Amino acid sequence: MDFGPYLMLAMLEGAVLAAVLALMASGLSLVFGVMRVVNVAHGEFYMLGAVMAWVVTQFLAGLGGGAAVNFIAAAVLAPLIVGAIAAAADVTILKRLDYDPERVIVATIGLLYVIQQATLMGYGPDAKPVVAPFNQRLALPWFEFGEDGFQMYYPWGLSTTSYKLFVIVAAVVLLFALRLFMTRSRAGLIMRATQLDRDMATAFGIPVEKVYALVFGAGAALAALAGVLIVPIQQAHYLMGGDALLLSFIVVIIGGLGSLAGTVVAAVIIGMSDGIISVFFTPTLAKIIATLAVALVLVFRPQGLFGVKTR
Amino acid sequence: MTRKDLTLHLGLVALLFALHFILPAYHHGIFARVMVLAVYAIGYNIAFGYTGLLSLGHAMFFAAGMYGMGLVSYHFGVPALPAWVIGVACAAALAFVVGLLALRTQDVSFMIVTLMFAQAAYLIILYFSEVTRGDDGFVIPGALRAIGPFDLSDEGTRYIVAWILFSVALLFSLWLVRHPFGRVLVALRENEERARLLGYDTGRRKLASLVISGTISGAAGAAYAGLFGYVGGSFAGVQYSIFALLWVLLGGAGTVLGPFVGALFMFYLIDLATEVTEAYMLIAGVVLVLLTLFAPQGIVGEIRRRLWKDLP
Repeated sequence: MDFGPYLMLAMLEGAVLAAVLALMASGLSLVFGVMRVVNVAHGEFYMLGAVMAWVVTQFLAGLGGGAAVNFIAAAVLAPLIVGAIAAAADVTILKRLDYDPERVIVATIGLLYVIQQATLMGYGPDAKPVVAPFNQRLALPWFEFGEDGFQMYYPWGLSTTSYKLFVIVAAVVLLFALRLFMTRSRAGLIMRATQLDRDMATAFGIPVEKVYALVFGAGAALAALAGVLIVPIQQAHYLMGGDALLLSFIVVIIGGLGSLAGTVVAAVIIGMSDGIISVFFTPTLAKIIATLAVALVLVFRPQGLFGVKTR
Repeated sequence: MTRKDLTLHLGLVALLFALHFILPAYHHGIFARVMVLAVYAIGYNIAFGYTGLLSLGHAMFFAAGMYGMGLVSYHFGVPALPAWVIGVACAAALAFVVGLLALRTQDVSFMIVTLMFAQAAYLIILYFSEVTRGDDGFVIPGALRAIGPFDLSDEGTRYIVAWILFSVALLFSLWLVRHPFGRVLVALRENEERARLLGYDTGRRKLASLVISGTISGAAGAAYAGLFGYVGGSFAGVQYSIFALLWVLLGGAGTVLGPFVGALFMFYLIDLATEVTEAYMLIAGVVLVLLTLFAPQGIVGEIRRRLWKDLP
């Protein structure tokens, strides 16, 4: 393959990663924005979403359902289950710590291992696949101005699948829905009010603890949804949360902690550059560059690349 | 330093020496390992327990010591003692550089920055796998693992060397926290603003604390390589940073004995768990959650709160 088509392929893979990352990181960003706590177990909710998708599709396939119906059921049920688990963890653990930032970090590290190891015991150490609802191979054309003038041809190997395109579209739609929800709905208004001033919100009769439980659940559900979307491309495995967590941290920090728009922009940058660097160099080098970059961003520009200084 | 403090800590040191002659072979081996790992935790405790710097990247200092020592003996055949010194120097240098950068941030940001630096260090070890042997790691040749006539791969020598290292680290940390410098570190932990107002250069003290902490952790890593002969990427992973946090929290952050007590308890707990299930880290997770919920002071911290008010 020539350089051009190769780059295009890398960008397509990067776009899929960016889409999933944007969903997952906006969950982390939502939790940090409203509750001011860092959820280290976020990657495990993503993993749990993928594993739940496998469980639900297996169960329904046993009943004789079709691949598409099973997948839709998984996409609805898995985030609900994971969101409920997260909300329960918020009420039983985080609330009792009074949302103290450092203690929440330690507790969610514990939660990370509990979820991960419980999955290892219940689900096993193997990676298991989920069948995509549709998966046509789409060959992509490439244009060139050569000696014979304008030319269009299909280079060998330059292709994607309809499912990958669906993931990108689905993520865009979901992120728009999330933005509308936060800016236009009453529930979004209440969340933003709690974010701005917890005490004042309490004084106005907003049930802050209930809002926190819902936000924590919703953040986990977003991660789970990202997990469901990725699982037909990349199988469900009990250790898949670690890398995902690291990437979401990177995205949320570069985008500015707590800013949804910044998170999406950063997800596109990180996803695309990770895809491109991974194709031309090695994935390890891509990760070294990304982690060092994020550490230096935090050191020299703590409000993130797109954030504004608040305090 | 009161006589009571000294008696208690020298008592533990003497007890561990006596155990050398009493313990059955299996537990003898575990104690040697725990003493080295406790030194790692003692280092972590100086940053986290006494200065209040919640780092999630101490595995990089442990690994800097380990690889500094391991690589020079593996590739250049440097004997154990000079190689150990080189390892410690590597850890100190890394702690200094990381401290200069990471200490510009605070609280949650500091935690994430140290986590990211440690992750980058881990990935760098994997990336240069031709030199470091990556995840598989390498074994230090037996001929090099000796200090003069003493063979470090011998069980008895290994225990005594681990005991010497542990005793020095324990007594040093006792001396440090009773020294005015250590008192300033505690003041930083309790209220940094006030310490600065009193005229202390808080930035330099925190840097000094992190360098001391990283150096001790690195000394443990280098000793681990020399005593057990194996150097591997898994020691640089995020799990080892979390182990240090877990041991110190369990034993009691900001207590001199805490790191050893925590490391010993956790080591035996995980040892028992591995016999039952493959998912032994479940224990670590449950302990972390329960500690934050019910006993944020840890074991020694609870003793101090209830029984012995001025335990160091």
